[in-house]
Amino acid sequence: MNKLAEENWDIEITPKNNLFDLKLKDVWHYRDLLVLLVRRDFVAFYKQTVLGPLWFFVQPVITILMYTVVFGNLAGIPTDGVPKPLFYLAGTIIWNYFADCLTKTSTVFRDNAAMLGKVYFPRLIMPLSIVLSNLIRFAVQLVLFIALLVIYWLKGAVIVPNGIIMLFPALIILIAALGLGLGMIISAVTTKYRDLTFIVSFGVPLLMYTTTVIYPLSTAVAKYPAYSWLIKFNPITAVIETFRYGFLGKGSFSWELLAYSTAITIVILITGTIIFNRVEKNFVDTV
Amino acid sequence: MAKVIKVENLSKAYQLGNFGTGTISRDLERFWARMRGKEDPFLKIGEINDRTKKGESDIVWSLKDINFEVEQGDAVGIIGRNGAGKSTLLKILSRVTSPTTGSVKVKGRISSLLEVGTGFHPELSGRENIFLNGAILGMRKAEIKRKFDEIVDFAGVERYIDTPVKRYSSGMYVRLAFAVAAHLESEILIVDEVLAVGDAEFQKKCLGKMGDISKGEGRTVLFVSHNMAAITSFCKTAMLLTNGSIYNMGKDVNQIITTYLTNFDTMDQNKGIWNNLNSSYQNVYFSPIKFEIKDEGGNTINYPIANNKKIFIEITAEINELDPAFTVGYALYDDQGQLIYWSYHADTDENTWPKLKIGINILKSEIPIRTINEGKFRIEMIASLHYRKWILEPGNNNPAIILEIVGGLSDSPLWIMKRPGILAPVIKWTSI
Repeated sequence: MNKLAEENWDIEITPKNNLFDLKLKDVWHYRDLLVLLVRRDFVAFYKQTVLGPLWFFVQPVITILMYTVVFGNLAGIPTDGVPKPLFYLAGTIIWNYFADCLTKTSTVFRDNAAMLGKVYFPRLIMPLSIVLSNLIRFAVQLVLFIALLVIYWLKGAVIVPNGIIMLFPALIILIAALGLGLGMIISAVTTKYRDLTFIVSFGVPLLMYTTTVIYPLSTAVAKYPAYSWLIKFNPITAVIETFRYGFLGKGSFSWELLAYSTAITIVILITGTIIFNRVEKNFVDTV
Repeated sequence: MAKVIKVENLSKAYQLGNFGTGTISRDLERFWARMRGKEDPFLKIGEINDRTKKGESDIVWSLKDINFEVEQGDAVGIIGRNGAGKSTLLKILSRVTSPTTGSVKVKGRISSLLEVGTGFHPELSGRENIFLNGAILGMRKAEIKRKFDEIVDFAGVERYIDTPVKRYSSGMYVRLAFAVAAHLESEILIVDEVLAVGDAEFQKKCLGKMGDISKGEGRTVLFVSHNMAAITSFCKTAMLLTNGSIYNMGKDVNQIITTYLTNFDTMDQNKGIWNNLNSSYQNVYFSPIKFEIKDEGGNTINYPIANNKKIFIEITAEINELDPAFTVGYALYDDQGQLIYWSYHADTDENTWPKLKIGINILKSEIPIRTINEGKFRIEMIASLHYRKWILEPGNNNPAIILEIVGGLSDSPLWIMKRPGILAPVIKWTSI
């Protein structure tokens, strides 16, 4: 081999990463792994169960039943005139997707420490696989939502989907990006400081109450005009409201709020990526 | 020959001790120093990594200024005592962790076999796991498909291929895992002690396969092992690491192994006693305090002892929580690192086990007289919660002592010299 080829190295291992280099080429090479990990999560979820994939429906169905009884009937929180189960289901599936992405991603380094400590593959694959496998779960639940919507529509409920429904794919990307970004930040910090794990475990359920999962934004604004900024401040609120507005024709939709959510999401995703990139090379030493 | 790996000034520092509330202030201090363009105050250069002595700073250099090159098709055996930096080097080469300073340049794909079965999911079938594990190791799906039959055949698990791997015997599990890794099509293969698992027949098969990889297929292999026999049989180059730097590297494998065995393997040796000086290995179930071999008179055996003398192992340890599954014992290795046997305090009938209590416990056991051969032996303390987890996992920098046996092999006038073999039991014969 001549001298020129000698200097032609394929891999260079150096102390620091380029912060913005996501190594997407590497990720692309490992795309089969991504698919297999998603499949693994999906299949392992219902292995050795009798109901199998039906379990994906059980959780949201029981949740909205509880919500309907407790928040809808007992507490009497209005739902913008939408049938209660439909209203709660719309909020719940979006919220669950976000919360699942966040909590799973935030422990990704620790949960997979044994594997990540033994072999190299682009670390980004792990959080990506979480986002994707939860997306499958979300899709299954969306089918449930649409089925419920059709049932209520046939029964004569006033449901008027409108053009905003076209924003749906963007909403999903927003939620996924937000969960992924926040999750990556938390996962990076928890490799060294475990404190954040505790905050996540009780914080995420609490955070749900500051989004419009069990109440409409309009009611919150009407009842607590002074504090409603707190709810609007939460970037997920805009996503849920837009989703409800698009599919059910009820809800507070505003371009400003959605733009705000998008901006926040982009900032969080970029921050998450940088921090994740910084930590991924050496987390094995501290996790 | 073309160079495929070039390592330049490679160093790796680790932080010792616990991460806790002190960590954040220290991190801020380091961050502040970096911001002002100053050197990291916690990375003091110049301290040697010697685990037996307590250093001044909390940073330990696991590797220091390593420089070497590897040519295509070479099989490099990396040897050194526990803690010499072998695994750290492999971890950096396989990109699991990154160096503190320096760089590594590599031509071609690297795949590592640091532990077999990484990423196996117990609920998935053997078939599904082959694909998943292969993908984790960097294979494309088409590649795995092409090699699927070969992998199944090598592992010999055809009948169980659609059964979840959680129902596999541990031997089958390991065979399948090794088979996947061995069929990787990467140019460079990194192997760390995988041969310590599986039965003798399978180990032979593995070694054969690794020989094929380096000799027949012209791929490069880096191989870490304590098994000197495996290194000599299959490596063309040897590298001896001591305290994080390369002591010697070259083609004369036997010479380097001899250097290692005579100088370094016995460095803190002829030590029949181990004391827990810096209170490491703390655990609620078991914190070792002293590990010792004693003669009949109760003196530490710090000298070569004859094979017909009584030798007692004594373990002193503190127990803070009793667990019914707790077992402690020792593993006996010969000077080639070959395991001879394990012995646990709970090996006999349950009624005859020594009683353990909260507080300080002293356990005593006799090494059977005239069973092992003449030679040097390493005795390593091992402990576990049986079938649950290791407290002191074999081969993991555990407390260890050295025993040397010379003479006293037999009372027969015809057996006066050391015979070949690991064991040298004196067995009675009769005529009928």
